[in-house]
Amino acid sequence: MNLRRIGADVRIVARGYYRNPAALFFSLVFPLILISLFGLIFSSTGSPVTLYAENLDHSAASREFLSALNNTSAVRIQIVTPPGSESFATYLGKNGYPAGIVIPVGFGSDYANHTPVNVTVYTNPQDAATSGVALGAVQGVVSAFNLAAACGTATNCSIVGFQSEFVGSQVYSYIDYLIPGLIGFSILTSPMFSMVDVTSSYRKEGLFRQLSLTPLTRGDWLASRILWYTLLTFAAAAIMLGVGVGAFGAHVAVSLGMVPFLLAGPFFFVSLGMLAGSVAPTPESAAVIGNIITFPMMFLSGTFFPVSEFPAGLQTFARVLPLYYVIDGMNQVMLFHNNTRALDDLLVVLVAGVVVFLLAVRLFRWRDD
Amino acid sequence: MTEAIEVRGLVKQYDGLTAVDDISFSVPVGSVFAFLGPNGAGKTTTVEILEGLRRRTSGEVRVLGLDPWTEGQELHRRIGVIPQDFRFFEKITPREGIEYYRALFHSRADPAELLAQVELLDKQSARYDQLSGGQKQKFGLALALTNEPEICFLDEPTTGLDPHARRAIWNVIRALKRAGRTVFLTTHYLEEAELLSDRVAIIHHGRIIAVGTASEIIAGHGRSTRLRFEAPATLAEYLARQLGVRTRTDAGTVEVELDGPHDTLRVLTAAEASGIPWTSFATVRNTLEDVFVRMVGEMDEGALKAEVPP
Repeated sequence: MNLRRIGADVRIVARGYYRNPAALFFSLVFPLILISLFGLIFSSTGSPVTLYAENLDHSAASREFLSALNNTSAVRIQIVTPPGSESFATYLGKNGYPAGIVIPVGFGSDYANHTPVNVTVYTNPQDAATSGVALGAVQGVVSAFNLAAACGTATNCSIVGFQSEFVGSQVYSYIDYLIPGLIGFSILTSPMFSMVDVTSSYRKEGLFRQLSLTPLTRGDWLASRILWYTLLTFAAAAIMLGVGVGAFGAHVAVSLGMVPFLLAGPFFFVSLGMLAGSVAPTPESAAVIGNIITFPMMFLSGTFFPVSEFPAGLQTFARVLPLYYVIDGMNQVMLFHNNTRALDDLLVVLVAGVVVFLLAVRLFRWRDD
Repeated sequence: MTEAIEVRGLVKQYDGLTAVDDISFSVPVGSVFAFLGPNGAGKTTTVEILEGLRRRTSGEVRVLGLDPWTEGQELHRRIGVIPQDFRFFEKITPREGIEYYRALFHSRADPAELLAQVELLDKQSARYDQLSGGQKQKFGLALALTNEPEICFLDEPTTGLDPHARRAIWNVIRALKRAGRTVFLTTHYLEEAELLSDRVAIIHHGRIIAVGTASEIIAGHGRSTRLRFEAPATLAEYLARQLGVRTRTDAGTVEVELDGPHDTLRVLTAAEASGIPWTSFATVRNTLEDVFVRMVGEMDEGALKAEVPP
């Protein structure tokens, strides 16, 4: 392999791409549309934060406290009565509620007697925006209540206090899942759709024979494609992170841990696309093979929905799809901070990648016998 | 090394079908060699074996002293190829294509100069899919020259082109010859072979049926020079009777075979004396085309006859 030749080939591929609206659309515009569409449908940014409230006190003062919170227009109070069997924190986590508040028994009488009393606010530290709004609103209302109790500025006079706790499990909104999912979608579709086609139609049109007459080697060619789709993947990932976080307030960790997946993913799928294009006898049958490989992965690997929400049978099926490991790995890195599991996922992708790459190089021919 | 290409006993079979059947020839360095034959004769198979694009079944092949199949990498740096049915990346312009090849070959060739040489400078920024057939072919030729090749392989470079583009490509071939490069040309245009090449091989059904310079082949296989009159068939009968010459008639023309150039006056005098009206006359030289048509025709007839049971 030779860097000058690979560079020259990447330039040619880039030019062809730049001048081919369909290719550009599917690689960069389509992910942008997807993230915008799903983001608009599912994100709640812009509307007030819903604060799920359990009122254990039922006094006039507690009702007044909650209605004061509601009037801040920053939060909207939703009264809930969780079953007694689980803690409020667990209840919030299970239901995917990002913030909650508990008014303790005796709040009204303590307030009337000027006995200090605490309300408890539950927030999700991952969800910095929501928790900031919720804590800020509660802080404001607490101050107003203390002022209204008319005990001056004495510091020991604060009657109502509040303590902050975290909800039982970290709550992720749909858009948070969507970002690693859609990056995975783009890692899959952008090389698969065009590599299958390019490999089979270049062969049919004699473009590989044309290239075989130059010093460009098959290794150079494959390296150039992997490089190109890796660049496209980084661009698509940047677009999705930018739009997801910037426009829809997604809460994902943008960490270096993503990078191995943004490298191993395209490596695997460029090789797979080339393999499919090489074994298919015609461009038409190559397209069919490509679709058979691509479509199940497109929907069942956790692209649009977390695999954990699938029925058991489908979950098992998802685990044989290589894209599952790309997306799960990115979820572990970006959402759950579970690097051990991410490393396992990465290993699966890498091993599969090396196997497919070697097969592809073996079966891919420049020239006929 | 005086031979750029040497072929001994080359055979290529596909699934039991023999496409190239034991051919041998050699091409001296700096010469233009034309490989002439009808479609399906084995021209492209042979040229692809020489270029290292196809594996041979048996025989000895050396191009620039290299085995094209096993030493293709090295060979491809030193040869230029324009394949039959040349294709390129659709969205890429000639200029970009040549710059791409320059980088691949690590060549210093000047893109503008190459494009000017093939008369394509005005289309250097048009995308490949917007070029005409002739322009595409010129682009292919410019690409083939990017690495300043020692041998140029041109597989039917002018098939289907307009006369203007054809002439441009001929000019390039002549310029290559002047520059001392070797050119291996396949064509089914006899005019092209006769006009451009130093030596010609005629291939038919996978076998070389004639090889040499165009005039050697014509001398060896052609008929003699003829005098052609536009005249009624009675003139032919008269001349045959009077002079004992061989004649042929065909739709208002009469052809008389001459023993040599000096025979013309004798035949003309006799024609004038015959009193039979004739309007014009011309000497007809044999061309490669006549030879080709006759040789290929005879071979096919021969083949047919052999299959008919006695």
